[in-house]
Amino acid sequence: MSAWLTQHRAALAAAFRRLWATPLNTLLSLLVIGIALTLPAFGYVALDNLRDLGRNASGVQQISLFMSLEASKKDVGEIENRLRQAANAKWRFVPKEEALKRMQASEGMAEIVASLPRNPLPDAFIIEPANTEPEALEILRKELAGWPKVAHVQLDSAWVKRFDAFLRLGKLALWLLAGLFGAGLVAVTFNTIRLQVMAQSAEIEVARMIGATDAFIRRPFYYFGALQGALGGLLAVALVLAALRLLAGPVAELAALYGGTFSLHPPGLVEIAGLAGLGAFLGWLGAQLSVSLSLRKLD
Amino acid sequence: MIEASNLTKRYPGGFEAVKDASFSIDAGQMVLITGHSGAGKTTLVKLISTIERPTSGSLVVNGQNLSALGRSAIPHVRRHFGLVFQDQKLLFDRNALNNVLLPLEIAGQPRREAIRRARAALDKVGLLAREKANPIALSGGEQQRLAIARAVVNRPNILIADEPTGNLDVESGMAILDIFADFHRVGVTVVVATHDQSWVERYHPNVLRLDHGRVVS
Repeated sequence: MSAWLTQHRAALAAAFRRLWATPLNTLLSLLVIGIALTLPAFGYVALDNLRDLGRNASGVQQISLFMSLEASKKDVGEIENRLRQAANAKWRFVPKEEALKRMQASEGMAEIVASLPRNPLPDAFIIEPANTEPEALEILRKELAGWPKVAHVQLDSAWVKRFDAFLRLGKLALWLLAGLFGAGLVAVTFNTIRLQVMAQSAEIEVARMIGATDAFIRRPFYYFGALQGALGGLLAVALVLAALRLLAGPVAELAALYGGTFSLHPPGLVEIAGLAGLGAFLGWLGAQLSVSLSLRKLD
Repeated sequence: MIEASNLTKRYPGGFEAVKDASFSIDAGQMVLITGHSGAGKTTLVKLISTIERPTSGSLVVNGQNLSALGRSAIPHVRRHFGLVFQDQKLLFDRNALNNVLLPLEIAGQPRREAIRRARAALDKVGLLAREKANPIALSGGEQQRLAIARAVVNRPNILIADEPTGNLDVESGMAILDIFADFHRVGVTVVVATHDQSWVERYHPNVLRLDHGRVVS
């Protein structure tokens, strides 16, 4: 166990030494990997922000439940009870009197409302469900429509569906982009490691002759690939953060023009660790492929 | 210790470098493998050290049949040998100490203990003062002594060398012979392939003579 640990420590130290020994090469490789990871990472952050924007946009995920005109206070109470028990949602009751007052307050409506023999508006509930997936909203809409004395349930599902379809398309494009750039990262590591194996072929030959296992020979290259990938991932995080910082002002201005207060949120710690981990995995994969192929040539 | 029976090595193309060789080397012996150029000395050394695999026959070293060894077991078997090559196979991007450290790194020795043992090995071959020197800055004799230090640092029970004095002047060659004899005196089995007759005159070792791949005496 201690020999195993010693060898891993030595391999990690060797990987750091190799990174440090050729600073210009290291910097260029990190830049290539960092930029390759930045594009999908930025796309992910942008989509995440858009999803939040969609979630928080007022009225988008609201369901309006209109009671029938003959519904009594008891019927309204029944719906309130059901909403309390059933839905994981925020909701608000709008009595028909309040609705009429709002209508009266609208420009040009006062006279029309005054001429009405009685209040034509029903009692209503405005519901904001926690789960805003289009499918979940549709299921909830159908459920609400089946409740007693409910005349109509309105959901702006077309908007939600369009927005969701856009997000799904964005996600697909992001996966394609991530796949392409991931393959690029693997290729960069593959080539770097191939050159290293060639440069160290004498050492590899001697090490094999005096009892080095394949694992011993491969290990420093794996660490190098993973380390380079992880550092590239962290560089991508830095680039994404810089881009978000640059965009923060214009986005806030745009949101203000629409009467909102939207600000881009940066990737969290889990996402940063995930990107570094993804970089490390892809770097390791490139190293694994390269070492396997290169060592076979040296056999 | 080393037991060969009808050992044959045939290379692609049909050339048989070692033919039907049978011999036995006991623990603690000093054995010279001699013969003319192309007699099969180097191939026999490579077979004993598992660098080459026999085509047929059996070769048992330290109780293990090398002919039947799986690929993954070979590195672990090699760690019991100390190998010295005619061209030394030193690493010129490492200093002398780090060259000697390589077998200990492979064995997973803790760094501090590894350095202590590497220095002791360098001291044994008279190179401790040159531990920081790059091998390229060493003379031919010093390079060969460095190769011996690397070979013995893991305390092998068999020291195997292929023409270790082949590229050296007489004086340096004698110094190398003395080092091998020192290891033989402390119980290490020494197997050396050489055409240098001064070994025989100086130490009277057992001799395994090859002729066109066959053991003739």
